[in-house]
Amino acid sequence: MSFKDEKTLKVSAIKNGTVIDHIPSNCLFKVISLLRLDKVENPITFGSNLDSGKLGSKAIIKITDVFFEDSDINKIALIAPQVKLSIIKDYNVVEKKVVKVPDEVVGLAKCFNPHCISNHEDITTRFHVLTDNGDIELKCKYCEKITDQERMVLL
Amino acid sequence: MSRSLVSITDFSKEEYLNIIEIAKEFELQPVQDVLKGKVIATLFFEPSTRTRLSFESAVYRSGGNVIGFSDSSTSSSTKGETLNDTILTVSNYCDLIVMRHPIEGAAKFASEIASVPIINAGDGSNQHPSQTLLDMYSILKTQGTLDNLAIVFVGDMKYGRTVHSLVMAMSHFLPRFFFVSPVELKLPDEYKLYLDNHNIPYIETTDFGMAIREADIVYMTRVQRERFSDPIEYEKTKNAYILKYSMLSGTKSNMKIMHPLPRVNEISRCVDKSDKAYYFEQTKNGVFVRQAIISNLLGLK
Repeated sequence: MSFKDEKTLKVSAIKNGTVIDHIPSNCLFKVISLLRLDKVENPITFGSNLDSGKLGSKAIIKITDVFFEDSDINKIALIAPQVKLSIIKDYNVVEKKVVKVPDEVVGLAKCFNPHCISNHEDITTRFHVLTDNGDIELKCKYCEKITDQERMVLL
Repeated sequence: MSRSLVSITDFSKEEYLNIIEIAKEFELQPVQDVLKGKVIATLFFEPSTRTRLSFESAVYRSGGNVIGFSDSSTSSSTKGETLNDTILTVSNYCDLIVMRHPIEGAAKFASEIASVPIINAGDGSNQHPSQTLLDMYSILKTQGTLDNLAIVFVGDMKYGRTVHSLVMAMSHFLPRFFFVSPVELKLPDEYKLYLDNHNIPYIETTDFGMAIREADIVYMTRVQRERFSDPIEYEKTKNAYILKYSMLSGTKSNMKIMHPLPRVNEISRCVDKSDKAYYFEQTKNGVFVRQAIISNLLGLK
């Protein structure tokens, strides 16, 4: 493995697993809960408020022996579309992945509209994903109202 | 899963035209027995006398029978029953459910769980697609075409769901739109974006007098006092959006005035005697269109 990138040393390397990099520091805990990492029993290390040229301040997560489905990875697009994933096998990066904005978001976010049926009955929320100048917006399949990034609350 | 009509965007242009064709048949012969032996439930969790009577008339004239309630105080939802349970139960009693509910998305949810078709007769401020279809039928009947018309909407563009749905539906037919409203009640950006993306020309104005002379259709809506954050603003603007008889001079000979009703004072009573006043005819068309929607969803037409 290469030691030329000093930043990676701030969080120790893993042998096999997934590295999630370029997470905006203020989104770290949201990514953790979105991927349900709090329920994972494998070793996880993470660092936050690390220097980053691109983001100013970034966070990184390394999870040993866990490989995510694309559908799980794409959930991250809701909060941090710029994150990059590296798949590590035997200390080497064998694959890099970027998140893709999904067409549909099911059961992840709450509709902002207090008069929406999804906030009144026991219903799994469903949204069409719209993009507005790079920002992600969610159009509720029930009330048809649009929840923008600012009002987005993850479940 | 059975076919429902929840949102106006559920139907394609061809399907709108198909419903309109079936409605024409019902207009020629309003009393039929196409729904003989069918039970239609009208579940009005929120009262709406006009819409309910229109649907019930449509069912009876088509030979069917109606069960239901007209107000949630006479339904089990006051005992705390969920919408889920009400719909699953009533689905077993009928062939189709017509429902109005104060919560947005209620009809969509019902259509996902019901074993019978759902017709959304209004879900909060969201959708009321049978109103849109009867508006389209009325436009076609009065103008002989749906294409290339100048449609002037007047009043509340912000909260008026009938305006929003009709704008979306008529966008298939190369219209020109005028939106005449107080600044506080302008059309929301999402609809303007939709029109821009579809290259549909529209003008937003506060000048009712200018717009009305361009109109093939004038679609009036109510401007409600409670929509204004500033009561002084309401007092200043309320009279600017009232249609008076004198304003009809200089308008096109084919121009017709529509209104989803109920009217309060936005169309002066003396306009009623003009042959351009079409709002009561419009309600009559509503029965034919609802006969068409119900029989189509049940696969009988």
